[in-house]
Amino acid sequence: MDIPERVLQGDRLALARLLTWLENDQPRGRAALDALFPHTGKSHIIGVTGPSGSGKSSLVNRLALQLAQADGSQPARRVAVLAMDPSSPFSGGALLGDRVRMRDLMECPEIFIRSMASRGALGGLARAAGELVLALEAAGFDIILVETVGAGQSEVDIARLAHTTLVVEAPGLGDDIQAAKAGILEIADILVVNKSDKSGAESAAHTLAAMLEIGAELKAETSAPQAAWKVPVQLTSALNREGMVSLAAAIHEHFTWLNASGEWERRAQARLEDLFNRLLRERLYEDWQRSQPQANLSEALQSLRKRETSPYSLIERLFS
Amino acid sequence: MNRKIRVLIAKPGLDGHDRGAKVIARALRDAGMEVIYTGLRQTPEMITNAAMQEDVDAVGLSILSGAHMTLVPRVLELMKANGQGEVCVFVGGIIPEEDARELEKLGVKAVYGPGTPTTQVIADLTQMVEPA
Repeated sequence: MDIPERVLQGDRLALARLLTWLENDQPRGRAALDALFPHTGKSHIIGVTGPSGSGKSSLVNRLALQLAQADGSQPARRVAVLAMDPSSPFSGGALLGDRVRMRDLMECPEIFIRSMASRGALGGLARAAGELVLALEAAGFDIILVETVGAGQSEVDIARLAHTTLVVEAPGLGDDIQAAKAGILEIADILVVNKSDKSGAESAAHTLAAMLEIGAELKAETSAPQAAWKVPVQLTSALNREGMVSLAAAIHEHFTWLNASGEWERRAQARLEDLFNRLLRERLYEDWQRSQPQANLSEALQSLRKRETSPYSLIERLFS
Repeated sequence: MNRKIRVLIAKPGLDGHDRGAKVIARALRDAGMEVIYTGLRQTPEMITNAAMQEDVDAVGLSILSGAHMTLVPRVLELMKANGQGEVCVFVGGIIPEEDARELEKLGVKAVYGPGTPTTQVIADLTQMVEPA
């Protein structure tokens, strides 16, 4: 049996191997994804982002368990986790340590966890994260949790991949002006203040809620009111297993809103277009580079180094 | 194409001394490998399940508890059952010479004792592993 068929039948080893091929951008990975593509598009993709040390992995550990089990309103769901950690800019290697915090999940073999190195990508996600998510969708997971590398203020790629983005903060990380700055807080569909067992968590939650309030008022002045989603602030303690039921409920509420508002379709579409545009850019660049005689390029770069040509006019010359 | 050697570093069993595992994980990272570190007190089932999900090229087991003759064969057996019999398994820790020979007979590719230079582990792994 070939890899796509095995993936569709739930073969975990085949899925793991496919993820490796996609990560390494191998032609056989692309061929397999071609066959699997019609089976994608049904999973709820949940992004988890936030600064290093805010407790993303520990939160994912508890949240995945919560989402996987049946509770009052929800049936049991199949959950996969895709966890990023940064690659070293010097050696290209990486220490992927998210599993250390996901110990509970490792005792549940039905929850599939894959660690992924960022391999130089800067937006908080590895370059091939979108392709790996497609493969996980085809494998039939109902929920895919995507944990970004520790994100500061501008690692916002996750919002274009996920249907629902959780931004995880912890007490003591900044004041209300930090919260008003552009960037990561803007992409939150749900704001999580983790480490609620620590002092200052309540006041951090109030500060963030107040900033969201201002944002919502400003937005209401410019856009249709029925479309608005009110970003909730959820207090959790992954350590003490607190707040998970409420967080899972908020995620489900967002899921319902996505479907009712037409936003699910819009986000799914934007995500595929993003992927397509990236692949197109890469392809155009590769093809162009291949079409250039090597001597041409090194000569051009030489004139750049000698300050004879500016980067702008060099590009004009190469395309004329 | 962008191939990287992926290695799982795991600590099976009950001892809590993870400095060796951390040193090796860091050294392999610095050698350009992608190292998945699992933390302490893993069962053979947890380790082999992780090795499968992560599709690793190699699994390094750090054991200082003396339980290696129980834990390592179990890991090898489960990996074979999972269809990962070809994955390179190496062991580090306090392993008596005759046990080391026994483990190698069972399929362990290398056994490293205290004081092994990390450069040797890196060289061995690079040679033994053909990244997927």
